[in-house]
Formats: sequence, C-alpha cells, structure tokens
Amino acid sequence: MKTTPMTMIQALRSAMDVMLERDANVVVFGEDVGYFGGVFRCTEGLQKKYGTSRVFDTPISESGIVGVAVGMGAYGLRPVAEIQFADYVYPATDQIVSEAARLRYRSAGEFIAPLTLRMPCGGGIYGGQTHSQSPEAYFTHVCGLRTVMPSNPYDAKGLLIASIENNDPVIFLEPKRIYNGPFDGHHDKPVVPWSTHPQGEVPEGYYTVPLESAAVYRPGSELTVLTYGTMVFVAEAAARESGIDAEIIDLRSLWPLDLDTIVNSVKKTGRCAVVHEATRSSGFGAELTALVQEHCFYHLEAPIERVAGWDTPYPHAQEWAYFPGPARVAEGFKRAMEK
Amino acid sequence: MSKNAPACAPLRLHVPEPTGRPGQHTDFSYLHLSPAGEVRRPPVDAQPAAIGDLAFALVRVLDADGNAVGPWAPQITPERLRFGLRAMLQTRIFDARMLIAQRQKKISFYMQCLGEEAISVAHALALDEGDMCFPTYRQQGLLMARAVPLVDLICQLLSNQRDPLKGRQLPVLYSVRQAGFFTISGNLATQVVQAVGWAMASAIKGDTKIASAWIGDGSTAEADFHTALVFAHVYRAPVIINVVNNQWAISTFQAIAGGEGTTFAARGIGSGIASLRVDGNDFLAVYAASRWAAERARGNLGPTLIEWVTYRAGGHSTSDDPTKYRPADDWKNFPLGDPLARLKQHLISIGAWSEAEHQSVQKELEAEVSAALKEAESYGSLADGHVHSAASMFEDVYEDMPAHLRRQRQELGV
Repeated sequence: MKTTPMTMIQALRSAMDVMLERDANVVVFGEDVGYFGGVFRCTEGLQKKYGTSRVFDTPISESGIVGVAVGMGAYGLRPVAEIQFADYVYPATDQIVSEAARLRYRSAGEFIAPLTLRMPCGGGIYGGQTHSQSPEAYFTHVCGLRTVMPSNPYDAKGLLIASIENNDPVIFLEPKRIYNGPFDGHHDKPVVPWSTHPQGEVPEGYYTVPLESAAVYRPGSELTVLTYGTMVFVAEAAARESGIDAEIIDLRSLWPLDLDTIVNSVKKTGRCAVVHEATRSSGFGAELTALVQEHCFYHLEAPIERVAGWDTPYPHAQEWAYFPGPARVAEGFKRAMEK
Repeated sequence: MSKNAPACAPLRLHVPEPTGRPGQHTDFSYLHLSPAGEVRRPPVDAQPAAIGDLAFALVRVLDADGNAVGPWAPQITPERLRFGLRAMLQTRIFDARMLIAQRQKKISFYMQCLGEEAISVAHALALDEGDMCFPTYRQQGLLMARAVPLVDLICQLLSNQRDPLKGRQLPVLYSVRQAGFFTISGNLATQVVQAVGWAMASAIKGDTKIASAWIGDGSTAEADFHTALVFAHVYRAPVIINVVNNQWAISTFQAIAGGEGTTFAARGIGSGIASLRVDGNDFLAVYAASRWAAERARGNLGPTLIEWVTYRAGGHSTSDDPTKYRPADDWKNFPLGDPLARLKQHLISIGAWSEAEHQSVQKELEAEVSAALKEAESYGSLADGHVHSAASMFEDVYEDMPAHLRRQRQELGV
C-alpha cells in the first residue's frame, strides 16, 4: 500500500476518513469538530466531504456527547466522538462507566455500545491542570471498556480503525504532545517532526493495528520498561543517556492488555521499570507492577521500579519539574539495575 | 454585619414540604387541574413558543361521567380501547401477583406501577412497531401492550435458568429489544439522553422510527435530563420525552425535585421544546397527546416533552413503606382517580364493555398470570439456586472474552 509521511493528527484524520468512507454507520461528532475541524484539526475537512449528518458539532456537554453516542450505538451506528480534552471527560463518567461499559452485559447482548471516544491527553504543552491530565487509570479500572493509547502516527491510524470496528466501547487516548512529532522529554531542544521518524510513514488506505497487542519499541537485554504514549520516547532517551540496554515495551492497548509480551520480556531481562506520565499512586503502573509480580516473581532480580508524575495536580509554571523527564526516568532505570 | 446594612429579618432556607403527611389530609389544590375538554389542541406543526400555555394547563378528555369531551378526544376504535383496558388490567393483576410472590420470597425484589397503568399502555398504542422506548422501572405496561410473553418476564423476575438477562439484573430491569423496550439501567436519567441519540441515529439514517424516553419527576433533577432537552432541541430529534410526575420519588415529594410553583412540562419551554401537561390517569388523553407528539416526531417537527400527572399508588418498591411519609389513604383522595376505573366507566358508557365482561376478563387474566408464574417457577429461581451458571458471569463483559477474564474464570474453577 502507498505510504505518506503523516503527523499523528493527519493519521487520525485519515483513519476517520477511511472509516467514514467504508462504513455508512460511522458518524463523527464532538465540540468544534464539524465545520471547524476540531481544536487540534483532527477532523478538518471531514464534514465537507461526508456532510453535516455524519460529521457535526455538539453542545458543550460531555455527558450528552457520550449519552447520545450510547443511543446511536444501540440503534446500530458506530459513533466516533471527540472529547476535546481528556480533562473534560468527567461529566460523562456515568454514561461511560454505568452505561456504555455495561450495556452488553446487562442486556445479555441485546444492545451494545460500539463507540470510540477519542480524547487528547497528557502534558508538555503548558496546558495547566485542566489540559494536561492522563486519566487512563480511571478507565482501565472499568470492566467492559477498552483503553488504548498510541505513541506514533502508524499505530494511531491502525489502532483507531481497529477501535472503530470493535464492538466494545473504546477510550482512545491521544498524547497531544506527540501529535506533531516524537518528544523525548528534552523540552529545551528543537521540536522533531514525525517526517523524520519511521513510524511517521503511514499507509494511505485501510489497515489495522490489533488491540490487546503490545509492541517491542526497542529490544534490549538488561531491563524491561513498560510504558505507553509520550513516555515511550522519554524512556528511549533515558536508556540512551544511562547506557542501560532497556527493552522498551509500548503497551498500545492498556486494557485489556497483552500480558504475554510483558511476561516474556521480564522473564528474559529479570528486571522491570514502569513509566507513565499520570500521577503515581493508584496509577495504571500499580496494576502493571502487580501483574509483573504475580507472573514473573521468581525471575525478578530486583524490585520493580515505578517512575510517574508526582501526586499533585498538573502545574502550569512548574511543568518540567512535574513531567517525568529523561533524567528522572534514567534514575529509575538505575535503581532497577541495582542489587 | 456591616453597620451600614439595612435592618431586615435574617435569611431563611426554604425547604418544600408536601401538603399532607401521615395522619393528615393532602391538599391537592397544588396540582392546578383544568376541567376536561377545556384545553386547546394546537396543530401538530405548532411552534413550541406559541403553545407555552399548554405546559401549565392540563389536557384532559374524560369528564367525571366518563364522557370523552373537547378537542383532544381521540379517534380510536372501541376495539383498541378494549385492548387497552385489558392490557391495563393485565398489568395490574401481574403487579399484584408478583408483589405476593416477592412477599413469599419467590422473587427478591419488585416494583409495581399501580395507578400509572394508563400512561405506558396508551402510549404504547400510540407508537408504531419498531419505535424504541427507553423506559424506567415503572413502564411494564409497555410490555403488556406489546404482548411480551409473561413467562419470559417472570423468568427475569425469578433470575432463573431461563432469565433472558442471565441473572445479571435486579428483577424488573427488563430488556426486550424485539418489543422496542430498551434495557433498563437502574441508574436514573441516563436513558433520556440515550433515547435522543437513538432518535438522532434514526434521523441520520433517514429511517421513520422514533424514540420515546421515560423519566420520573424526581430524576428530572439529574443533569442528564437537561442535557437531553438541549440535544433533542438542537438536532430536532424525533423523540418523545415522558416525565411521569407521580408526585413521589421514594419518600421525596415532587416539590423537592423542583415542581413547586411551576410544572415539569415547563422545563421544556425554555429549551424550545413543545411541551404538554396531561392527565396521566385519563387513557384517552394519554393516547391523544402521545399521538400528537408521535406525529410531530415522525413529521420532522421535533421533540415533545409530556408531563403525565399521576400518582404512585404503591410503595416505591418492595423495600419501601409509604405510610411512613404520606397519608395512607392519599391515592383514594387523588383528584385524577384510578385510570383503570375511568376507562372502564367510559367503555361501559359507550356500550363497549360491561361489568360482567370485566369480571370474566379479570378472571381469565388472573388465571393466565398464575399459569405463567407456575410455568416460570418450573424453571427454577434464585431462591432454589436454579440460576445461570457462575461461568456465564464472565460472558458479555466484552464481545470476545479477554485473557484476564478467562484466567479469573479458571480461578473460580468453573
């Protein structure tokens, strides 16, 4: 298939374009997504191409956006709704947790909620505490939901198509700091565009990246790093700068996840570090740490290390003290290598 | 306090109270009833802003003598009305029998709709096949009017091996897709936004089906209700939003939900939605208003909000004792009466029904319900442990069972 260099934004748009074209039941909506094309431009041009009844603006009401998506899904549509920032999703909690996630279960399969909720997440853009959060752990805790977070344009498109086609509700988190290029945490260095990265080369047509499938982003022998989203690149920089031969696993699907890839790697390296941008306590890293402990305990040479955001709201002016950058991640790697 | 503040009485918090508590006689004048036949019937394409008065009036058709009067008197055949009376009677008998079954500990929990039967039954008659209802737990009349097999319903109530919902839901929280009956949540108000979404989907696909959402007066206080009004209006969704104002949300009087000095129908006006306030115990008024709203929806004329004024004659559920918070004889004094008795009176007055026929249909339905209960009980119950397998608990969480759930099922050893 012909490929083109794409940013993550272009790749996500391409995924929606492909699915709007292929499946007449796909509809795309959210705040500012229609005529304007979204505050991050992910849906630019789609309304013009597919019409206002398939790509449209909604009132500023996340519970409404998700609530109507549940109803549309029950009718037989395949809604792809955008929550403008993941930080704004909380008003929709009841519709996500009590409704979308359990519709199939409570109706014994009579009704399903095949919706995809796209939402930009993560910091690194001076967004302050309401435009920087990584709320994945709220969703990975909910049975019936799928939670996905891509780290590059190729995966973003393939995972989004797979999510739209999936008959379960999918929380699709988009790390906004890497919309336009990979970011290794060195905020004082020039921005790197996706066109310089192999994963920025994206097929123009239809393809999928399977859910529940992790990727070994960087093979290594000394330490297994479990991470996702922006932190994949921060972990890569930390490995390079610390000289530790880390095997970096990009989870891609956070829940349900690809446990085999994790377990095989930890059994090989004997050491493990978990890295995420979200706050540390009761974060998704706690689940990963527990899983590794349950499945790999006799292969572990050292305690599992966690590197995460501090347990504070995401600050505005202190962004880089908050963000777990390469130096902090490398310190964690070193601790995991001790003993 | 600033010495410059003018002298005035201290502020007081207003907490609404019902006009009758146990041992008292409720003053129902707060309902502001219109005489039967008096309220105008605008054309279905009326602009919502031009019919705001209807949100404060009360559409009624049956007068005190059982005559159908005024512009809302519907075109409906006596056969349909007889069917409606039968479905109401069936609903009431079913409820009464299931209440006993709960007291006998055959089922774990039950919710009756005593006194509210006309709303769901007449509304069901006004809808078309394929329309989707998004009900609460007090619209079993929809199921009776759509002739859902009683055995299936009772198997759900018994949570037995033939429970179509595999024992996952509390009794009464049915899901019957083929009868246009959406899965009942148990969380309140969420279904109203979903109904709007379903209706939007029907419009997106150029379909002809409409949605009908149900909510009680109490849960209109939830944000989802107001959100639903906004979305319904914005997209002119083909949906009917039914607010069943039965005066009580468990022990909470409707004034605590915001009904004091206004109406729930009035909520629609500010949203730009055509809104009616209707006598919910008047079968003919319910049918007529529902037809009017359905015609609007199907004609791309937009949503309608209907407040059905009625009274919750029984407890909220089998876990509730209403004599603790309201007069025990309240329903007897409720000025809109008993919907079943009123339709029966009308049918007798037009010569389409008789007391003898009523007695024989009642006996027939009682036997039908008893037989259905007996058959359903033969398939087991939660009480005797004949329920769906523990292994089935892990199914339908996802379309395909992920590895972690397979491991957990193995851990349980099933």
